[in-house]
Amino acid sequence: MKSSPIFKVINALGLILLFFIFAIPFLWMASTAFKTLGETMTFPPVWIPETLQWQNFVDAWNSGPFLKYFVNSVVVTFMILILQFATIIPAAYAFARYDFPLKNFFFALTMICLMIPSQLIFLPVYLNLSSWGILDTIWGLILPFATSAFGIFLLRQSFMQVPEELLEAARLDDATEWQIIRKIMLPLAKPVLITLALFSFIAHWNDYFWPLVMTTSENARTLPLGIAMLRQVEGGASWNIVMAGNLLLVLPILVIFFFAQKHIIRAFVYTGVK
Amino acid sequence: MAFAKVQMDMDERKTGRQSFLSWANVRPYAMISPAVLVFCLFFIYPIGYMIYLSFHDWNFVSPTKDFVGTANFSHLLTDRDFREVISNSFIYTFFTVSLTIGLSMLLALWLNRTGAVYSFMQASIFSPHIISLVSVSMLWMWIMDADYGLLNWALNLVGIESIAWLTSPDYALASLIMVAVWKGIGFNTLVFIAGLQSIPKDLYEAAELDDTPPWRRFMKITVPMLSPTLFFLTIIGVINSFQVFETINLMTAGGPINSTNTFVYYIYQYGFQFFKIGYASAAGVILLVILSVLTVVYFKVLSKRVHYR
Repeated sequence: MKSSPIFKVINALGLILLFFIFAIPFLWMASTAFKTLGETMTFPPVWIPETLQWQNFVDAWNSGPFLKYFVNSVVVTFMILILQFATIIPAAYAFARYDFPLKNFFFALTMICLMIPSQLIFLPVYLNLSSWGILDTIWGLILPFATSAFGIFLLRQSFMQVPEELLEAARLDDATEWQIIRKIMLPLAKPVLITLALFSFIAHWNDYFWPLVMTTSENARTLPLGIAMLRQVEGGASWNIVMAGNLLLVLPILVIFFFAQKHIIRAFVYTGVK
Repeated sequence: MAFAKVQMDMDERKTGRQSFLSWANVRPYAMISPAVLVFCLFFIYPIGYMIYLSFHDWNFVSPTKDFVGTANFSHLLTDRDFREVISNSFIYTFFTVSLTIGLSMLLALWLNRTGAVYSFMQASIFSPHIISLVSVSMLWMWIMDADYGLLNWALNLVGIESIAWLTSPDYALASLIMVAVWKGIGFNTLVFIAGLQSIPKDLYEAAELDDTPPWRRFMKITVPMLSPTLFFLTIIGVINSFQVFETINLMTAGGPINSTNTFVYYIYQYGFQFFKIGYASAAGVILLVILSVLTVVYFKVLSKRVHYR
């Protein structure tokens, strides 16, 4: 291809510009998080604050019951993860390895649920949760996501690829079905399981919509909601405090991303290609 | 459980006589039941309930739900706000998806190289994809702040007047589209790159032997081979864009003067602010129909395969 010096310079400049489009917003977030209120209101903007205002993070954390939000976020995210694995694995195995009457009907049902976005049915789900008395509890945030049609679909495909001879051999050795799942299926499906775990963790750690709709008090609110409410602190928004709070929410994900970059990208993209 | 009879023949082959309700017959149902229960409670039943509610008038507190036939739907379709919601949703979806797809296609062709610099760039543009929409929304509110925001400062540097990004009806929807493109472009680019890398090399080698010019190679090989990926990303993008909510809720609250109100936000407003449950459900049913049509189209085309000679 072309490798003239002119072309190389243009290419490098383009890459730098592209990098800035995606990096500057985050740098701006970090820079603002350390400013005084006065420094957020100067034009042209200051990039490097005079002194780093660590107090902003404390103020953000103390602006609401953030410890509670944090605990709720962790509990909800991990309970969803555990329940999803507990329901997905047996269902995927049954769909992949057994023949039983009405199997196609139940699998079609799973595929229909794969297509139904939660943003579409929040109103009737809200009414149901309310009539079952679990609105505004963490169960209202966990149970609707206790299984994942996407997970069943993906794991079933990976279970179907295991050769039948392996299972026959194990059954001859009097292995129970549960042992077959644990000793043969799960180790072979490990990449898919990691993908599903990453997906589920990132989606529910970040989720704002569902907790917004399903909680009405501090009882079950999660971090993204607490962060969103920083905007409505009395006396209007102080951008430095808001950005400090957001940095606390974004940092764990960015750190995970930094270390598991290849894995995360492969997980997200792999499902897009297949 | 009469259908278990069918199963018996198959089981006899393996293990001799099986009792009619043996564990082997019941087991598959036991294994899928937790998942199926969750599907029924949180997906299937709510959809049915929403359709039922859309033919009724109810305000949350009254003990009765009055049957009103299709009145909610005829109200909706004559409501000026809702027509605006439909056109906003279509405009938002069209521009978000076409800009994202177009730009990420170009970026994919550019960044599809090996080396540390390029894998670092791929990771950088992907990073917004895994950040909470809360943070994305707030960050861009701050960047688009009319007085102290970074964006206006950058515009002023090159001699352009400041713009009221989120507070002027002319710019608010465009601003939200910009944020959506910024967030989605990295993911789309990486999927395209994966698509590019799955194209067999020998196709290009054959074309080079024939002295096919580069742009013809692109039109005759790259585009057709990428068409399944292109199709997948377009449909997924359209389905997602029709459900945009978070950025609207946080950045503009549907305003100014309804200029950024879209489907899910409208349903949210009528359900949770005005307590018109039947009316909100009817809007939900209309969105359900739109998304179902898209999904059916998707599978129809997918079953035909997009190109593959």
